[in-house]
Amino acid sequence: MMFEVINMSFALPEIFMMVMACIILLVVAFIGESSGAASYWLSQFTLVVTSIIVYQSLASAGVTFDGSYIKDALSDVLKLAICIINVVVLLYSASYLRARNLFKGEYYALAIFATLGMLIMVSSSHFLTLYLGLELLSLCLYAMVAMHRDSTMATEAAMKFFILGALASGMLLYGMSIIYGATGSLALASIATAIQTGDLNNTVLSFGLVFLIIGIGFKFGAVPFHMWLPDVYHGAPTAVTLFIATAPKIAAFAMIIRLLVDGLGDLHQHWQGMLIILAVLSMIIGNVVAIAQTNLKRMLAYSTISHVGFLLLGVLSGTSEAYAASMFYVLVYALTTLGAFGMIILMSRQGFEAENIEDYKGLSEHSPWFAFMMLILMFSMAGIPPMVGFYAKLAVIKAVISVDLISVAIIAVLMSVIGAFYYLRLIKVMYFDSPEKQHEIHAPKEMCIMLSSNALLVLALGIFPGSLMAICITVFS
Amino acid sequence: MIALSDYLILGALLFSLSVAGIFINRKNIIILLMCIELMLLAVNLNFIAFSHFSGDMAGQVFVFFILTVAAAEAAIGLAILVVLFRNLNTINVADLDELKG
Repeated sequence: MMFEVINMSFALPEIFMMVMACIILLVVAFIGESSGAASYWLSQFTLVVTSIIVYQSLASAGVTFDGSYIKDALSDVLKLAICIINVVVLLYSASYLRARNLFKGEYYALAIFATLGMLIMVSSSHFLTLYLGLELLSLCLYAMVAMHRDSTMATEAAMKFFILGALASGMLLYGMSIIYGATGSLALASIATAIQTGDLNNTVLSFGLVFLIIGIGFKFGAVPFHMWLPDVYHGAPTAVTLFIATAPKIAAFAMIIRLLVDGLGDLHQHWQGMLIILAVLSMIIGNVVAIAQTNLKRMLAYSTISHVGFLLLGVLSGTSEAYAASMFYVLVYALTTLGAFGMIILMSRQGFEAENIEDYKGLSEHSPWFAFMMLILMFSMAGIPPMVGFYAKLAVIKAVISVDLISVAIIAVLMSVIGAFYYLRLIKVMYFDSPEKQHEIHAPKEMCIMLSSNALLVLALGIFPGSLMAICITVFS
Repeated sequence: MIALSDYLILGALLFSLSVAGIFINRKNIIILLMCIELMLLAVNLNFIAFSHFSGDMAGQVFVFFILTVAAAEAAIGLAILVVLFRNLNTINVADLDELKG
Protein backbone atom coordinates (compact mmCIF):
# COMPACT_ATOMS: atom_id res chain seq x y z
CA MET A 1 0.00 0.00 0.00
CA MET A 2 1.33 3.40 -0.97
CA PHE A 3 1.26 6.32 1.38
CA GLU A 4 1.46 9.85 0.14
CA VAL A 5 3.98 11.96 2.03
CA ILE A 6 2.05 14.62 3.86
CA ASN A 7 3.44 18.10 3.58
CA MET A 8 2.91 19.44 7.08
CA SER A 9 4.60 22.75 6.35
CA PHE A 10 1.55 23.99 4.43
CA ALA A 11 -0.52 23.73 7.58
CA LEU A 12 2.08 25.33 9.85
CA PRO A 13 -0.14 28.32 10.80
CA GLU A 14 -2.94 26.01 11.96
CA ILE A 15 -0.57 23.65 13.74
CA PHE A 16 1.06 26.53 15.59
CA MET A 17 -2.29 28.02 16.52
CA MET A 18 -3.60 24.64 17.70
CA VAL A 19 -0.58 24.15 19.97
CA MET A 20 -0.87 27.66 21.34
CA ALA A 21 -4.61 27.25 21.94
CA CYS A 22 -3.90 24.15 24.02
CA ILE A 23 -1.18 26.02 25.93
CA ILE A 24 -3.59 28.87 26.66
CA LEU A 25 -6.14 26.33 27.87
CA LEU A 26 -3.55 24.82 30.22
CA VAL A 27 -2.51 28.25 31.48
CA VAL A 28 -6.15 29.03 32.20
CA ALA A 29 -6.55 25.74 34.03
CA PHE A 30 -3.46 26.31 36.19
CA ILE A 31 -3.80 30.01 37.03
CA GLY A 32 -7.57 29.95 37.37
CA GLU A 33 -9.52 33.11 38.12
CA SER A 34 -6.81 35.69 37.40
CA SER A 35 -5.64 34.21 34.11
CA GLY A 36 -7.08 37.07 32.04
CA ALA A 37 -3.93 39.11 31.47
CA ALA A 38 -1.65 36.12 30.82
CA SER A 39 -4.01 34.56 28.30
CA TYR A 40 -4.66 37.94 26.69
CA TRP A 41 -0.98 38.44 25.91
CA LEU A 42 -0.54 34.80 24.89
CA SER A 43 -3.41 35.09 22.40
CA GLN A 44 -2.06 38.33 20.97
CA PHE A 45 1.33 36.62 20.61
CA THR A 46 -0.33 33.63 18.90
CA LEU A 47 -2.20 35.78 16.41
CA VAL A 48 0.84 37.90 15.57
CA VAL A 49 3.17 34.91 15.13
CA THR A 50 0.56 33.07 13.04
CA SER A 51 0.24 36.03 10.71
CA ILE A 52 4.05 36.18 10.42
CA ILE A 53 4.11 32.47 9.53
CA VAL A 54 1.43 33.01 6.88
CA TYR A 55 3.29 36.03 5.54
CA GLN A 56 6.59 34.15 5.34
CA SER A 57 5.13 31.35 3.23
CA LEU A 58 3.14 33.48 0.80
CA ALA A 59 4.92 32.11 -2.27
CA SER A 60 4.16 28.40 -1.88
CA ALA A 61 0.90 26.81 -2.90
CA GLY A 62 -0.43 23.29 -3.03
CA VAL A 63 -2.75 20.64 -1.69
CA THR A 64 -1.92 18.32 1.16
CA PHE A 65 -3.49 15.87 3.66
CA ASP A 66 -4.87 13.72 0.85
CA GLY A 67 -6.56 16.57 -0.92
CA SER A 68 -8.40 17.86 2.13
CA TYR A 69 -6.28 20.93 2.80
CA ILE A 70 -5.41 23.58 0.25
CA LYS A 71 -2.95 26.43 0.46
CA ASP A 72 -3.33 29.02 -2.27
CA ALA A 73 -3.28 32.79 -2.65
CA LEU A 74 -6.91 33.07 -1.48
CA SER A 75 -6.27 31.16 1.74
CA ASP A 76 -3.08 33.13 2.49
CA VAL A 77 -4.62 36.57 2.05
CA LEU A 78 -7.77 35.69 3.98
CA LYS A 79 -5.79 34.09 6.81
CA LEU A 80 -3.63 37.17 7.09
CA ALA A 81 -6.73 39.36 7.20
CA ILE A 82 -8.41 37.15 9.82
CA CYS A 83 -5.37 37.15 12.13
CA ILE A 84 -4.77 40.90 11.88
CA ILE A 85 -8.44 41.72 12.42
CA ASN A 86 -8.58 39.46 15.45
CA VAL A 87 -5.51 41.16 16.96
CA VAL A 88 -7.41 44.45 16.76
CA VAL A 89 -10.64 42.84 18.02
CA LEU A 90 -8.90 41.52 21.14
CA LEU A 91 -7.24 44.89 21.70
CA TYR A 92 -10.57 46.74 21.49
CA SER A 93 -12.40 44.31 23.71
CA ALA A 94 -9.87 44.15 26.57
CA SER A 95 -11.06 47.27 28.39
CA TYR A 96 -14.73 46.40 27.84
CA LEU A 97 -14.25 42.92 29.27
CA ARG A 98 -12.28 44.27 32.27
CA ALA A 99 -15.07 46.67 33.16
CA ARG A 100 -17.65 43.86 33.10
CA ASN A 101 -15.71 41.22 34.96
CA LEU A 102 -15.45 39.10 31.81
CA PHE A 103 -11.69 39.52 31.41
CA LYS A 104 -11.04 35.83 31.91
CA GLY A 105 -8.80 33.26 30.31
CA GLU A 106 -11.70 31.22 28.96
CA TYR A 107 -12.71 34.04 26.67
CA TYR A 108 -9.29 34.08 25.02
CA ALA A 109 -9.04 30.30 24.77
CA LEU A 110 -12.40 30.31 22.96
CA ALA A 111 -11.33 33.20 20.75
CA ILE A 112 -8.17 31.39 19.64
CA PHE A 113 -10.04 28.14 18.99
CA ALA A 114 -12.61 30.09 16.97
CA THR A 115 -9.82 31.68 14.95
CA LEU A 116 -8.36 28.23 14.36
CA GLY A 117 -11.75 27.14 13.04
CA MET A 118 -11.80 30.10 10.66
CA LEU A 119 -8.31 29.29 9.36
CA ILE A 120 -9.32 25.68 8.74
CA MET A 121 -12.45 26.80 6.87
CA VAL A 122 -10.40 29.12 4.71
CA SER A 123 -8.00 26.33 3.78
CA SER A 124 -10.45 23.49 3.32
CA SER A 125 -10.82 21.64 0.05
CA HIS A 126 -12.90 18.77 1.38
CA PHE A 127 -16.38 18.62 2.89
CA LEU A 128 -14.99 17.12 6.09
CA THR A 129 -12.40 19.83 6.79
CA LEU A 130 -14.93 22.50 5.89
CA TYR A 131 -17.50 21.04 8.27
CA LEU A 132 -15.04 20.58 11.12
CA GLY A 133 -13.67 24.11 10.73
CA LEU A 134 -17.17 25.53 10.63
CA GLU A 135 -18.25 23.62 13.74
CA LEU A 136 -15.12 24.59 15.66
CA LEU A 137 -15.89 28.21 14.86
CA SER A 138 -19.61 28.02 15.64
CA LEU A 139 -19.30 26.06 18.88
CA CYS A 140 -16.79 28.59 20.22
CA LEU A 141 -19.05 31.47 19.20
CA TYR A 142 -22.08 29.97 21.00
CA ALA A 143 -20.05 29.70 24.18
CA MET A 144 -18.67 33.23 23.79
CA VAL A 145 -22.15 34.73 23.41
CA ALA A 146 -23.17 32.97 26.63
CA MET A 147 -20.06 34.18 28.50
CA HIS A 148 -22.03 36.88 30.30
CA ARG A 149 -23.79 34.32 32.46
CA ASP A 150 -25.97 36.64 34.53
CA SER A 151 -27.37 38.57 31.61
CA THR A 152 -30.78 37.29 30.50
CA MET A 153 -30.35 38.89 27.13
CA ALA A 154 -26.99 37.28 26.43
CA THR A 155 -28.14 33.78 27.34
CA GLU A 156 -31.31 34.17 25.31
CA ALA A 157 -29.23 35.31 22.35
CA ALA A 158 -26.89 32.37 22.84
CA MET A 159 -29.80 29.92 22.81
CA LYS A 160 -31.26 31.39 19.63
CA PHE A 161 -27.84 31.45 18.01
CA PHE A 162 -27.27 27.84 19.01
CA ILE A 163 -30.59 26.49 17.72
CA LEU A 164 -30.43 28.30 14.40
CA GLY A 165 -26.71 27.62 13.96
CA ALA A 166 -27.26 23.91 14.55
CA LEU A 167 -30.18 23.96 12.12
CA ALA A 168 -27.90 25.58 9.54
CA SER A 169 -25.21 22.97 10.06
CA GLY A 170 -27.83 20.25 9.65
CA MET A 171 -29.03 21.76 6.37
CA LEU A 172 -25.47 22.12 5.12
CA LEU A 173 -24.70 18.51 6.02
CA TYR A 174 -27.84 17.23 4.32
CA GLY A 175 -26.80 19.07 1.17
CA MET A 176 -23.31 17.63 1.46
CA SER A 177 -24.70 14.11 1.80
CA ILE A 178 -26.81 14.51 -1.36
CA ILE A 179 -23.87 15.89 -3.33
CA TYR A 180 -21.73 13.05 -2.00
CA GLY A 181 -24.31 10.59 -3.22
CA ALA A 182 -24.52 12.17 -6.65
CA THR A 183 -20.79 12.54 -7.27
CA GLY A 184 -19.37 9.77 -5.07
CA SER A 185 -16.73 12.00 -3.54
CA LEU A 186 -16.23 14.34 -0.63
CA ALA A 187 -13.18 16.23 -1.95
CA LEU A 188 -14.15 19.44 -3.71
CA ALA A 189 -11.66 18.94 -6.54
CA SER A 190 -13.00 15.49 -7.46
CA ILE A 191 -16.57 16.75 -7.11
CA ALA A 192 -15.72 19.44 -9.65
CA THR A 193 -14.25 16.89 -12.07
CA ALA A 194 -17.17 14.51 -11.57
CA ILE A 195 -19.63 17.27 -12.44
CA GLN A 196 -17.54 18.37 -15.43
CA THR A 197 -16.97 14.98 -17.00
CA GLY A 198 -19.70 12.71 -15.70
CA ASP A 199 -23.21 12.36 -16.93
CA LEU A 200 -24.76 13.15 -13.55
CA ASN A 201 -28.36 13.64 -12.62
CA ASN A 202 -28.80 17.41 -12.48
CA THR A 203 -32.00 17.22 -10.44
CA VAL A 204 -30.22 15.42 -7.61
CA LEU A 205 -27.33 17.88 -7.73
CA SER A 206 -29.56 20.92 -7.58
CA PHE A 207 -31.58 19.31 -4.77
CA GLY A 208 -28.36 19.07 -2.75
CA LEU A 209 -27.35 22.54 -3.85
CA VAL A 210 -30.52 24.07 -2.37
CA PHE A 211 -29.61 22.72 1.06
CA LEU A 212 -26.02 23.91 0.75
CA ILE A 213 -27.25 27.41 -0.13
CA ILE A 214 -29.66 27.40 2.83
CA GLY A 215 -26.78 26.45 5.12
CA ILE A 216 -24.54 29.15 3.68
CA GLY A 217 -27.37 31.68 3.89
CA PHE A 218 -27.84 30.93 7.60
CA LYS A 219 -24.14 31.26 8.35
CA PHE A 220 -23.93 34.55 6.46
CA GLY A 221 -27.20 35.89 7.79
CA ALA A 222 -28.77 36.47 4.37
CA VAL A 223 -32.53 37.06 4.18
CA PRO A 224 -34.70 34.90 4.63
CA PHE A 225 -32.27 33.16 6.98
CA HIS A 226 -31.33 36.25 8.97
CA MET A 227 -33.57 35.92 12.04
CA TRP A 228 -30.75 35.13 14.44
CA LEU A 229 -28.48 37.99 13.45
CA PRO A 230 -30.15 41.06 15.05
CA ASP A 231 -30.91 39.17 18.27
CA VAL A 232 -27.39 37.85 18.61
CA TYR A 233 -25.77 41.20 17.81
CA HIS A 234 -28.05 42.94 20.28
CA GLY A 235 -27.98 40.38 23.06
CA ALA A 236 -24.31 39.45 23.10
CA PRO A 237 -21.80 41.56 25.03
CA THR A 238 -20.47 44.20 22.60
CA ALA A 239 -16.98 42.68 22.64
CA VAL A 240 -18.41 39.37 21.44
CA THR A 241 -20.59 41.11 18.86
CA LEU A 242 -17.42 42.76 17.57
CA PHE A 243 -15.80 39.34 17.29
CA ILE A 244 -18.78 37.72 15.54
CA ALA A 245 -19.35 40.59 13.13
CA THR A 246 -15.84 40.81 11.66
CA ALA A 247 -13.56 37.83 11.04
CA PRO A 248 -16.20 35.04 10.78
CA LYS A 249 -17.71 36.88 7.81
CA ILE A 250 -14.35 36.58 6.03
CA ALA A 251 -14.35 32.86 6.79
CA ALA A 252 -17.92 32.59 5.51
CA PHE A 253 -16.80 34.26 2.29
CA ALA A 254 -14.07 31.63 1.96
CA MET A 255 -16.69 28.94 2.55
CA ILE A 256 -18.95 30.22 -0.23
CA ILE A 257 -16.01 30.44 -2.65
CA ARG A 258 -14.74 26.97 -1.79
CA LEU A 259 -18.13 25.30 -1.99
CA LEU A 260 -19.82 27.06 -4.86
CA VAL A 261 -16.91 28.17 -7.03
CA ASP A 262 -14.21 25.55 -6.42
CA GLY A 263 -16.56 22.61 -5.91
CA LEU A 264 -19.75 23.33 -7.82
CA GLY A 265 -18.49 25.93 -10.29
CA ASP A 266 -20.11 24.14 -13.21
CA LEU A 267 -23.53 24.46 -11.63
CA HIS A 268 -23.19 28.24 -11.82
CA GLN A 269 -26.44 28.79 -13.69
CA HIS A 270 -28.25 26.79 -10.98
CA TRP A 271 -26.92 28.66 -7.96
CA GLN A 272 -26.90 32.07 -9.58
CA GLY A 273 -30.68 32.32 -9.45
CA MET A 274 -30.84 31.31 -5.80
CA LEU A 275 -28.13 33.79 -4.84
CA ILE A 276 -29.94 36.59 -6.71
CA ILE A 277 -33.00 35.98 -4.52
CA LEU A 278 -30.90 35.98 -1.34
CA ALA A 279 -28.95 39.09 -2.38
CA VAL A 280 -31.94 41.18 -3.44
CA LEU A 281 -34.00 40.25 -0.36
CA SER A 282 -31.04 40.92 1.94
CA MET A 283 -30.44 44.35 0.48
CA ILE A 284 -34.11 45.32 0.68
CA ILE A 285 -35.00 43.91 4.12
CA GLY A 286 -31.66 44.85 5.68
CA ASN A 287 -31.77 48.47 4.64
CA VAL A 288 -35.48 49.07 5.15
CA VAL A 289 -35.72 47.48 8.59
CA ALA A 290 -32.53 49.21 9.77
CA ILE A 291 -34.33 52.55 9.43
CA ALA A 292 -36.74 51.59 12.20
CA GLN A 293 -34.04 50.69 14.74
CA THR A 294 -33.22 52.85 17.74
CA ASN A 295 -30.55 50.54 19.08
CA LEU A 296 -27.21 51.04 17.36
CA LYS A 297 -26.16 47.38 17.68
CA ARG A 298 -29.42 46.27 16.07
CA MET A 299 -29.06 48.90 13.39
CA LEU A 300 -25.57 47.65 12.58
CA ALA A 301 -26.93 44.09 12.52
CA TYR A 302 -29.45 45.02 9.83
CA SER A 303 -26.75 46.95 8.03
CA THR A 304 -24.66 43.75 8.11
CA ILE A 305 -27.56 41.92 6.46
CA SER A 306 -27.63 44.48 3.67
CA HIS A 307 -23.84 44.29 3.28
CA VAL A 308 -24.16 40.51 2.92
CA GLY A 309 -26.57 41.17 0.07
CA PHE A 310 -24.02 43.41 -1.66
CA LEU A 311 -21.28 40.87 -1.09
CA LEU A 312 -23.35 38.12 -2.70
CA LEU A 313 -23.75 40.30 -5.80
CA GLY A 314 -20.09 39.73 -6.61
CA VAL A 315 -20.24 35.99 -5.98
CA LEU A 316 -23.34 35.45 -8.11
CA SER A 317 -21.86 37.24 -11.10
CA GLY A 318 -19.44 34.38 -11.51
CA THR A 319 -16.43 35.99 -13.19
CA SER A 320 -13.01 36.20 -11.61
CA GLU A 321 -13.18 40.02 -11.44
CA ALA A 322 -16.52 39.68 -9.68
CA TYR A 323 -15.07 37.30 -7.08
CA ALA A 324 -12.24 39.79 -6.56
CA ALA A 325 -14.82 42.56 -6.09
CA SER A 326 -16.63 40.42 -3.55
CA MET A 327 -13.42 39.71 -1.67
CA PHE A 328 -12.62 43.44 -1.65
CA TYR A 329 -16.10 44.03 -0.27
CA VAL A 330 -15.79 41.52 2.56
CA LEU A 331 -12.37 42.86 3.62
CA VAL A 332 -13.64 46.43 3.58
CA TYR A 333 -16.79 45.39 5.44
CA ALA A 334 -14.73 43.71 8.16
CA LEU A 335 -12.48 46.75 8.54
CA THR A 336 -15.37 49.22 8.74
CA THR A 337 -17.46 47.09 11.11
CA LEU A 338 -14.40 46.68 13.30
CA GLY A 339 -14.24 50.44 13.67
CA ALA A 340 -17.99 50.88 14.20
CA PHE A 341 -18.27 48.34 17.02
CA GLY A 342 -14.95 49.65 18.37
CA MET A 343 -16.64 53.04 18.70
CA ILE A 344 -19.51 51.50 20.71
CA ILE A 345 -16.94 49.90 23.02
CA LEU A 346 -15.07 53.18 23.30
CA MET A 347 -18.18 55.09 24.33
CA SER A 348 -19.30 52.43 26.82
CA ARG A 349 -18.03 52.33 30.36
CA GLN A 350 -18.70 50.41 33.53
CA GLY A 351 -22.42 49.97 33.95
CA PHE A 352 -23.27 51.87 30.78
CA GLU A 353 -23.65 50.55 27.26
CA ALA A 354 -23.59 53.23 24.59
CA GLU A 355 -25.84 51.17 22.38
CA ASN A 356 -28.76 53.52 21.73
CA ILE A 357 -28.52 56.05 18.97
CA GLU A 358 -29.57 58.84 21.33
CA ASP A 359 -26.52 58.12 23.50
CA TYR A 360 -24.51 59.75 20.74
CA LYS A 361 -26.35 63.08 20.86
CA GLY A 362 -23.92 65.95 20.62
CA LEU A 363 -20.83 63.77 20.61
CA SER A 364 -19.03 66.31 18.42
CA GLU A 365 -19.05 68.91 21.22
CA HIS A 366 -17.33 66.71 23.76
CA SER A 367 -14.96 64.73 21.61
CA PRO A 368 -14.86 66.13 18.09
CA TRP A 369 -12.08 63.76 17.09
CA PHE A 370 -14.00 60.55 17.73
CA ALA A 371 -17.17 62.02 16.29
CA PHE A 372 -15.15 62.62 13.14
CA MET A 373 -13.86 59.01 13.20
CA MET A 374 -17.44 57.76 13.49
CA LEU A 375 -18.38 60.04 10.60
CA ILE A 376 -15.70 58.46 8.41
CA LEU A 377 -16.91 54.95 9.30
CA MET A 378 -20.58 55.76 8.69
CA PHE A 379 -19.79 57.48 5.38
CA SER A 380 -17.84 54.40 4.34
CA MET A 381 -20.74 52.08 5.21
CA ALA A 382 -23.15 54.31 3.33
CA GLY A 383 -20.83 54.20 0.32
CA ILE A 384 -20.01 57.89 0.03
CA PRO A 385 -16.75 58.78 -1.74
CA PRO A 386 -13.88 59.18 -0.92
CA MET A 387 -14.36 56.46 1.74
CA VAL A 388 -13.44 52.94 0.77
CA GLY A 389 -17.02 51.67 1.09
CA PHE A 390 -17.83 53.56 -2.07
CA TYR A 391 -15.28 51.60 -4.12
CA ALA A 392 -16.44 48.33 -2.63
CA LYS A 393 -20.04 49.02 -3.64
CA LEU A 394 -18.94 50.32 -7.03
CA ALA A 395 -16.90 47.17 -7.71
CA VAL A 396 -19.72 44.73 -6.92
CA ILE A 397 -22.30 46.75 -8.86
CA LYS A 398 -19.92 46.88 -11.83
CA ALA A 399 -19.55 43.10 -11.57
CA VAL A 400 -23.32 42.63 -11.74
CA ILE A 401 -23.62 44.98 -14.71
CA SER A 402 -20.85 43.11 -16.55
CA VAL A 403 -23.03 39.99 -16.61
CA ASP A 404 -26.11 41.94 -17.76
CA LEU A 405 -28.13 41.74 -14.58
CA ILE A 406 -29.15 45.37 -14.91
CA SER A 407 -32.31 45.10 -12.78
CA VAL A 408 -30.32 43.69 -9.85
CA ALA A 409 -27.85 46.55 -10.19
CA ILE A 410 -30.68 49.10 -10.12
CA ILE A 411 -32.09 47.56 -6.93
CA ALA A 412 -28.61 47.65 -5.39
CA VAL A 413 -28.18 51.34 -6.15
CA LEU A 414 -31.66 52.21 -4.86
CA MET A 415 -31.06 50.27 -1.68
CA SER A 416 -27.74 51.92 -1.01
CA VAL A 417 -29.54 55.28 -1.26
CA ILE A 418 -32.10 54.10 1.30
CA GLY A 419 -29.26 52.76 3.42
CA ALA A 420 -27.56 56.15 3.45
CA PHE A 421 -30.52 57.51 5.43
CA TYR A 422 -29.85 55.68 8.67
CA TYR A 423 -26.11 56.15 8.55
CA LEU A 424 -26.58 59.86 8.01
CA ARG A 425 -29.14 59.99 10.82
CA LEU A 426 -26.45 58.90 13.26
CA ILE A 427 -24.15 61.63 11.92
CA LYS A 428 -26.94 64.19 12.31
CA VAL A 429 -27.48 63.07 15.91
CA MET A 430 -23.76 63.40 16.64
CA TYR A 431 -23.26 66.81 15.05
CA PHE A 432 -26.54 68.72 15.21
CA ASP A 433 -28.35 67.55 18.34
CA SER A 434 -27.55 69.13 21.67
CA PRO A 435 -25.93 66.78 24.18
CA GLU A 436 -28.13 65.45 26.98
CA LYS A 437 -25.36 64.04 29.11
CA GLN A 438 -21.65 64.18 29.54
CA HIS A 439 -19.63 61.89 27.25
CA GLU A 440 -16.59 60.69 29.11
CA ILE A 441 -14.13 58.50 27.32
CA HIS A 442 -12.14 56.32 29.67
CA ALA A 443 -10.58 54.03 27.11
CA PRO A 444 -6.88 53.20 27.34
CA LYS A 445 -4.53 55.11 25.09
CA GLU A 446 -3.62 52.19 22.80
CA MET A 447 -7.28 51.64 22.00
CA CYS A 448 -7.79 55.30 21.07
CA ILE A 449 -4.75 55.20 18.80
CA MET A 450 -5.79 51.92 17.17
CA LEU A 451 -9.36 53.10 16.63
CA SER A 452 -8.16 56.33 15.05
CA SER A 453 -5.81 54.50 12.73
CA ASN A 454 -8.60 52.03 11.92
CA ALA A 455 -10.88 54.85 10.81
CA LEU A 456 -8.10 56.72 9.03
CA LEU A 457 -7.22 53.51 7.18
CA VAL A 458 -10.80 53.40 5.89
CA LEU A 459 -10.25 56.92 4.56
CA ALA A 460 -6.76 56.17 3.19
CA LEU A 461 -7.91 53.02 1.42
CA GLY A 462 -10.72 55.07 -0.05
CA ILE A 463 -8.27 57.52 -1.56
CA PHE A 464 -5.86 54.77 -2.71
CA PRO A 465 -7.99 51.64 -3.22
CA GLY A 466 -5.65 50.32 -5.91
CA SER A 467 -3.27 48.22 -3.84
CA LEU A 468 -5.94 46.24 -1.96
CA MET A 469 -7.92 45.78 -5.18
CA ALA A 470 -4.77 44.57 -6.94
CA ILE A 471 -4.24 41.94 -4.22
CA CYS A 472 -7.84 40.72 -4.62
CA ILE A 473 -7.49 40.53 -8.40
CA THR A 474 -4.22 38.55 -8.21
CA VAL A 475 -5.88 36.08 -5.86
CA PHE A 476 -8.49 35.16 -8.45
CA SER A 477 -6.41 35.40 -11.61
CA MET B 1 -33.21 -6.51 -0.65
CA ILE B 2 -33.55 -2.96 0.63
CA ALA B 3 -32.77 -0.46 -2.11
CA LEU B 4 -30.82 2.80 -1.77
CA SER B 5 -33.98 4.79 -2.33
CA ASP B 6 -35.61 3.24 0.74
CA TYR B 7 -32.80 4.48 2.95
CA LEU B 8 -32.95 7.90 1.33
CA ILE B 9 -36.70 8.16 1.85
CA LEU B 10 -36.31 7.21 5.51
CA GLY B 11 -33.51 9.78 5.86
CA ALA B 12 -35.62 12.46 4.19
CA LEU B 13 -38.59 11.61 6.43
CA LEU B 14 -36.51 11.85 9.60
CA PHE B 15 -34.95 15.08 8.37
CA SER B 16 -38.29 16.72 7.60
CA LEU B 17 -39.66 15.48 10.91
CA SER B 18 -36.82 17.18 12.76
CA VAL B 19 -37.12 20.45 10.81
CA ALA B 20 -40.87 20.44 11.41
CA GLY B 21 -40.16 19.77 15.07
CA ILE B 22 -37.91 22.79 15.31
CA PHE B 23 -40.41 25.12 13.69
CA ILE B 24 -43.68 23.81 15.11
CA ASN B 25 -42.51 23.18 18.66
CA ARG B 26 -43.51 26.07 20.93
CA LYS B 27 -43.20 24.32 24.26
CA ASN B 28 -39.84 23.11 25.34
CA ILE B 29 -36.24 23.83 24.43
CA ILE B 30 -35.14 20.27 25.23
CA ILE B 31 -37.37 19.08 22.40
CA LEU B 32 -35.51 21.49 20.11
CA LEU B 33 -32.22 19.88 21.14
CA MET B 34 -33.69 16.45 20.44
CA CYS B 35 -34.80 17.62 16.99
CA ILE B 36 -31.28 18.84 16.22
CA GLU B 37 -29.86 15.44 17.17
CA LEU B 38 -32.48 13.71 15.03
CA MET B 39 -31.53 15.94 12.11
CA LEU B 40 -27.85 14.99 12.33
CA LEU B 41 -28.78 11.30 12.59
CA ALA B 42 -30.92 11.57 9.46
CA VAL B 43 -27.89 13.00 7.66
CA ASN B 44 -25.77 10.14 9.00
CA LEU B 45 -28.23 7.64 7.58
CA ASN B 46 -27.89 9.30 4.19
CA PHE B 47 -24.12 9.20 4.32
CA ILE B 48 -23.99 5.55 5.33
CA ALA B 49 -26.47 4.51 2.65
CA PHE B 50 -24.58 6.34 -0.09
CA SER B 51 -21.27 5.03 1.22
CA HIS B 52 -22.51 1.44 1.31
CA PHE B 53 -24.05 1.47 -2.15
CA SER B 54 -21.11 3.20 -3.84
CA GLY B 55 -18.48 1.17 -1.99
CA ASP B 56 -16.63 4.30 -0.88
CA MET B 57 -15.53 4.35 2.76
CA ALA B 58 -15.14 8.12 3.07
CA GLY B 59 -18.82 8.62 3.81
CA GLN B 60 -18.70 6.29 6.81
CA VAL B 61 -15.66 8.10 8.18
CA PHE B 62 -17.58 11.36 7.84
CA VAL B 63 -20.34 9.85 10.01
CA PHE B 64 -17.91 9.29 12.89
CA PHE B 65 -16.93 12.93 12.76
CA ILE B 66 -20.55 14.05 12.66
CA LEU B 67 -21.34 11.90 15.70
CA THR B 68 -18.41 13.40 17.62
CA VAL B 69 -19.34 16.95 16.71
CA ALA B 70 -22.98 16.23 17.60
CA ALA B 71 -21.88 15.17 21.07
CA ALA B 72 -19.90 18.39 21.53
CA GLU B 73 -22.81 20.37 20.20
CA ALA B 74 -25.24 18.73 22.62
CA ALA B 75 -22.87 19.49 25.50
CA ILE B 76 -22.75 23.18 24.62
CA GLY B 77 -26.48 23.30 23.97
CA LEU B 78 -27.29 21.81 27.36
CA ALA B 79 -24.79 24.13 29.06
CA ILE B 80 -26.50 27.16 27.52
CA LEU B 81 -29.85 25.65 28.56
CA VAL B 82 -28.70 25.41 32.20
CA VAL B 83 -27.52 29.03 32.20
CA LEU B 84 -30.80 30.09 30.60
CA PHE B 85 -32.82 28.22 33.20
CA ARG B 86 -30.88 29.91 36.01
CA ASN B 87 -31.68 33.32 34.58
CA LEU B 88 -35.28 32.82 33.48
CA ASN B 89 -36.52 29.91 35.63
CA THR B 90 -38.22 28.47 32.58
CA ILE B 91 -37.27 26.58 29.45
CA ASN B 92 -40.42 27.44 27.59
CA VAL B 93 -39.70 28.53 24.02
CA ALA B 94 -42.43 31.18 24.15
CA ASP B 95 -40.70 32.91 27.07
CA LEU B 96 -37.64 33.70 24.98
CA ASP B 97 -39.10 37.00 23.92
CA GLU B 98 -36.88 39.71 25.32
CA LEU B 99 -35.15 40.09 21.97
CA LYS B 100 -37.41 40.43 18.97
CA GLY B 101 -35.70 39.25 15.81
